[in-house]
Amino acid sequence: MAKQPQVGSWSSGNTLLQHGDVPFRLGTVALAGSVVALVFVIAVIMFVASAEARTAFGIDVLVGQDWNPVETELSAPSFGAWPAVRGTLLSALVAVLVATPLALGIGIFLAELCPPRLSAPLSFLVELLAAIPSVIYGVWGVFVFVPLFNEVFSRPVSNAVGEYIPWLAGPVATGRGILVTGIIMAIMILPTIASLTRDVLRLVPNTQREAMLAVGATRWETIWLAVVPYARAGIIGAVMLGLGRALGETMAATMLIGNSQRISESLFAPATTAASLVANELTNSVSALHESALITVALALFGITLVLNLGARLLIWFVDRRIAGGRS
Amino acid sequence: MSPTWCRYRFMVLLMIVMQLLVACGAQNADTAMPQGESATKVKPTHVVPISDWQPRQLTAALGGSGATFPNPFYQVLISVYTTHIVPTVQISYQSVGSGQGKKDFISGLTDFGGTDSPISADDIASQVPDAIHIPMVLGGVMPLYNLPTVMQPLRFSAETLVGIYMGEITMWNDARIGADNPGVALPELPIAVVYRSDASGTTSIWTDYLSKVSETWKTAVGKGSSVQWLVGIGAPGNAGIANTVQSTEGAIGYVEVGYALSTGLPLPFVKNAAGMYVQPTLANVSAAAANVVVSDDVQQLAQSITNGSDPQSYPIAAFTYVLVHKDTYADLTKAQALADFVYWGLTIGQDAAVRLGYAPLPTNVRHAAIRALAAITVDGQQVIDAPVR
Repeated sequence: MAKQPQVGSWSSGNTLLQHGDVPFRLGTVALAGSVVALVFVIAVIMFVASAEARTAFGIDVLVGQDWNPVETELSAPSFGAWPAVRGTLLSALVAVLVATPLALGIGIFLAELCPPRLSAPLSFLVELLAAIPSVIYGVWGVFVFVPLFNEVFSRPVSNAVGEYIPWLAGPVATGRGILVTGIIMAIMILPTIASLTRDVLRLVPNTQREAMLAVGATRWETIWLAVVPYARAGIIGAVMLGLGRALGETMAATMLIGNSQRISESLFAPATTAASLVANELTNSVSALHESALITVALALFGITLVLNLGARLLIWFVDRRIAGGRS
Repeated sequence: MSPTWCRYRFMVLLMIVMQLLVACGAQNADTAMPQGESATKVKPTHVVPISDWQPRQLTAALGGSGATFPNPFYQVLISVYTTHIVPTVQISYQSVGSGQGKKDFISGLTDFGGTDSPISADDIASQVPDAIHIPMVLGGVMPLYNLPTVMQPLRFSAETLVGIYMGEITMWNDARIGADNPGVALPELPIAVVYRSDASGTTSIWTDYLSKVSETWKTAVGKGSSVQWLVGIGAPGNAGIANTVQSTEGAIGYVEVGYALSTGLPLPFVKNAAGMYVQPTLANVSAAAANVVVSDDVQQLAQSITNGSDPQSYPIAAFTYVLVHKDTYADLTKAQALADFVYWGLTIGQDAAVRLGYAPLPTNVRHAAIRALAAITVDGQQVIDAPVR
């Protein structure tokens, strides 16, 4: 009979810790927990720091329309960030409306129609768009896109129909405003939506396609009726991710939106977004109240993003339940 | 926009550092005035006489934070001072904005602060009763416009600038602009007003000027680092304004004079309080403070100098200040090192300011600043015996 190996303290310790499993589990739990804690800490800090403005103005900080950091004889300082909240929502909406059809088309082409030889380089290029820093989009927008867009779209359109349609009204002076910002942001979120769409379409099981083709469907019918609906939840998630990025976009928005606190119906008129307002004014705020109001705006942006993500989750859950067979 | 983006003075800054390195290598600051072509195309107008004063070789670490406007100037001063003049001292300055700089200084996080706007009287009374504002250099702000058909530099009166920014003058061929510019064919073009979207000292100076010359502006809009604009769009930073103006025909904005000089923008004329139309050259910006009454109280050096009375003065200008404590520094060596550095910046450093596009302090103000420095004490002991020059 072979001699039993000596059970030392090292190996008994190892047994106790299940050969590293326990510390590993504790470590990963701690890391995962730190993310939750971080979000919590950010929310609490912003809530505390925004107390002054919240008590002074209440809900008016978000729905008031008068943003005046400086006290004069005629007007007390007042902080109503509705123009910024409105600008944020509108520009993100424009971005999603422009980007979604384009991104869907790109995703479908890459996943379903593209010859394999082309697919890799094309995917790479689309993903490269996502890697470009937003300041570069801003610079390109300022120097190339906005002047061009003014010339070929904004001025002619506002001259032609601006009188009758208030949200296309001129005059287009510098041409910076919600529409151009939304379009540039659409380019920025395009790769996010497109590459996620491609990925979820590739995950659609081939049985879906084969069944459709077997009953004599065309390629269009196959994709539109069997493949895309199957991937619906994932596509909605991709759009929501893009929307999240558009809502929080700061740099390009600051450079392109015109940073004006006046509300104008026209999409060609300058506006401002919550993110760019905070970025612009926080470092050199006029008073403690001003700073507190800006933090409230940041908190509101945080809240909007949170609600949006929750909404997206619910939507995905709801859509998911309606698919026969569910996930593969 | 992030302040580091498009650091327009970067090239200039590099050249200055190199020039100053050469200068300091010569070991004689008097003959070491670099004569090379300065990128700002500004000749030194101002040479401080050199005595045998030398900074003490003290070992200390100084921290400061504040205004972004003088940051390129301070960084050059610090770089040259700590590498060549007093290598044993460490100085750091973070350009976090005037507001944050004041806050850091008040809460004692920093040894000195940098700010374009003075600490409010309330804060001084309640929190830092011994704060001294030491003026370091002057900055000017000038209108910038885009009218391709107009070749000669335009002339602006205070009323015209107010009218444009109030939204009352909306066309370039308005009679009020025409009255300032007899004989100039002004185009029939709408005026697109551009302002700084980021809260900044430049906006403070600009709105301080408009408030001083117009009661309407003062009551309706007021002055501050960001205000409620009546017309126009906001662009971030000097570069943002310059780009927006240059890409929009009929646009008008305002930029720092130093930025305009370093990028070769045309200099307009602005009518001053004496009724003269003056260009924002560094000499004229310096003259803005030439006639100011300097208080004998070293804690009262901060003042608004827009719309100065000197006939040569360019009316839209302001000091930028270094904040120091008068008698609450605990560490004598630290206070001495700081005083030496600031004194050096006020005297020899003024030439670097000129090369970077800042206007040097006029003699009366510089002398007052040096006297303020000499008032700093630690446990009743004066920290610097600064010759007033």
